[in-house]
Amino acid sequence: MSAAKQLPVLDTSVAPSAARKVGDLKPDLLLTQEHNMCPGCGEPLVLRSFLEALSELDVAQRSIGILGVGCYTSFGMTMDVDLVQALHGRAPSIATGVKRMRPDSIVFTLQGDGDMVNEGLQEVLHTAARGENVTCILLNNGVFGETGGHMTATTVLGQRTKNSLEGRDAAYHGYPILIGDLLARLEGAAYVARGSVHNAGAVARTKKMLKRAFEIQRDGGGFTFVEVLTMCPTGWFIPTGEGPDYMHSTLGEVHVMGELKADGRIKSTEELHEENAKRQQEIEARLAAGGLEEDS
Amino acid sequence: MNELASIDRDNRGEVTQVRGLGSRRGLMEGSEAIALASIAAGCRFFAGYPMTPFTEVLEHFAKYLPDVGGTCINAESELEAVGMAWGALSTGARAATGSTGQGLSLMQESFSEITLAELPLVIFNMARGQQDYFQSTRGGGHGDYRHIVLAPMDITEAVELTQLAFHLADIWRNPVLVYGDYLTAHTRESVTVDTIDFGPVPEKAWALDGSLTGSGDSRLVSPLGFGKHGHPNPGIEQHLRSISAKHKAIEAAEVRCESGFTDDAETIVVAFGTPAKFVRYVVQAMRAEGERVGYVRPISLWPFPYEAVAQAAAGARTVAVFELCAGQMIEDVRLGVLGAAPVVGIGGISTDGSGFGVGPLLDAEHIRERIFAVHRGGAGAELPPLPDNERTQG
Repeated sequence: MSAAKQLPVLDTSVAPSAARKVGDLKPDLLLTQEHNMCPGCGEPLVLRSFLEALSELDVAQRSIGILGVGCYTSFGMTMDVDLVQALHGRAPSIATGVKRMRPDSIVFTLQGDGDMVNEGLQEVLHTAARGENVTCILLNNGVFGETGGHMTATTVLGQRTKNSLEGRDAAYHGYPILIGDLLARLEGAAYVARGSVHNAGAVARTKKMLKRAFEIQRDGGGFTFVEVLTMCPTGWFIPTGEGPDYMHSTLGEVHVMGELKADGRIKSTEELHEENAKRQQEIEARLAAGGLEEDS
Repeated sequence: MNELASIDRDNRGEVTQVRGLGSRRGLMEGSEAIALASIAAGCRFFAGYPMTPFTEVLEHFAKYLPDVGGTCINAESELEAVGMAWGALSTGARAATGSTGQGLSLMQESFSEITLAELPLVIFNMARGQQDYFQSTRGGGHGDYRHIVLAPMDITEAVELTQLAFHLADIWRNPVLVYGDYLTAHTRESVTVDTIDFGPVPEKAWALDGSLTGSGDSRLVSPLGFGKHGHPNPGIEQHLRSISAKHKAIEAAEVRCESGFTDDAETIVVAFGTPAKFVRYVVQAMRAEGERVGYVRPISLWPFPYEAVAQAAAGARTVAVFELCAGQMIEDVRLGVLGAAPVVGIGGISTDGSGFGVGPLLDAEHIRERIFAVHRGGAGAELPPLPDNERTQG
């Protein structure tokens, strides 16, 4: 491989220093770099992404978060954000009350798929339909990670969980809900996107989605929603290192990454698939032609 | 009714200033008086879901709150109504929700957690009869939690207790429930709604506005007893113990009760809410005829006036409990009397044909007959049969 094809990941012109340690690079809105998640968990990547997005948009000091109940609940102790701890599934209505009393604040919920799509499905649907000017963030790993890997409403067909041991069977367990697609159809939803954290490019793209959602909220645009696929090797009973690829090839094939609704246009799963394939081709072509610009 | 409040608007029609409520006097329905009293107390957020006989409370909040810069949301369910109030409370706003007991059943999970998060929620129960005594005072939710419960006997008292509810909620950082019924919500009385000054309340340093995000001292409104990293983090056990201690303090400080003619009474009648006003009237009339009867009217259902009931029962032959349900408060009365006298229920289930409203038992003559039966015959006396409503009568 020629030098020109290398991705510009690290600046090798300066010597590695103490500042390169992970702890020193923690976002401003974290009280500690420590967290209680399992190795290979995708949730801290999302945490980092939306905290950086809030900082970069310079809206941190008017940001209020509402936490659902799941593994990510423990972020409540480490995020340096004014927070309300909600009940399982109830974060969107709490966000509604917060936003109505403090319309100038940036209000977001952080919920898992069990929280949002199982227990609290009507909450997020009604909040979107109302066009409530808040951002709901969904951490979607297709299992109840905290209880130890049980089936949720987003578990894909064939996916093995503790209560679908032979894999999710449509005839027996029913079909998964594509929550982003449901929300996109609602008039009150201004922006609906689905990200992923299976590789560095996906993380960067997800952060842009989060940033766009917060921008729209800041400008009073209406309800915004960002779903992010996150790895749960513990709940999936797979080796930690296989998490990203497993997720991309199973959940990622059904819950397809992309902007499902932006600027009033709704995209279908097929369109997102095509878009992603085209995107991949472009990246490979540009790599072949001599490398990628940063931030592409 | 006069204008609710004086509002200044700029040339785009935006509200720039809301002046306080002046004194409002008028013949008004209880549901309107409750909404106006809440606004007079500073309530600026309400969310609810329609349900008879509570619906008109929601209607009047929807009518008046926008004019004082507040928000009323017709929530998509009771679960969302209480969640929205939870959010509004977290910002430090005075906020309320309500329903009938049936709707409040749906909110119980949130009631438990809001109590453990120490948020000052005010709840209105416009109940179908008095079947929600257990729900209000024991709760249908999980965990060790208590709500202060205030039971007005009429609209005038509802105006006062509604405002007291917001005050006590802030003082104790604990939910307060106002227990009304069909008559509370739908009777018209001539009342004055004035802001009542109950004194200062603690500053809400815990309330969220986002301003401490990124400061290292950001806040967490949580029922779980968690603190932020590097800050005091007592954990759930210590948190629950501190709330339990607070509830003990409320029990000692917030008992409210009215009683009359108890000193030499042979028969004591205990009743709360709207029926208590009927009972009081009947007892006064019987006294005028020389009958040695007295009454106790718990105004706070939790904390319950056990001592007042015990004092009234000392020397009495019979303690009678009149309530419009199968018998719920009678358990608290027995705990108060502690065997000093026999305690007998003289109320019962009585509704109108719809099941929502007032049954024929809530009538001075029926109540008088039933008090007389135990006053003459003691606890074992046979009671007159319960009157049937228009549906049963065909």
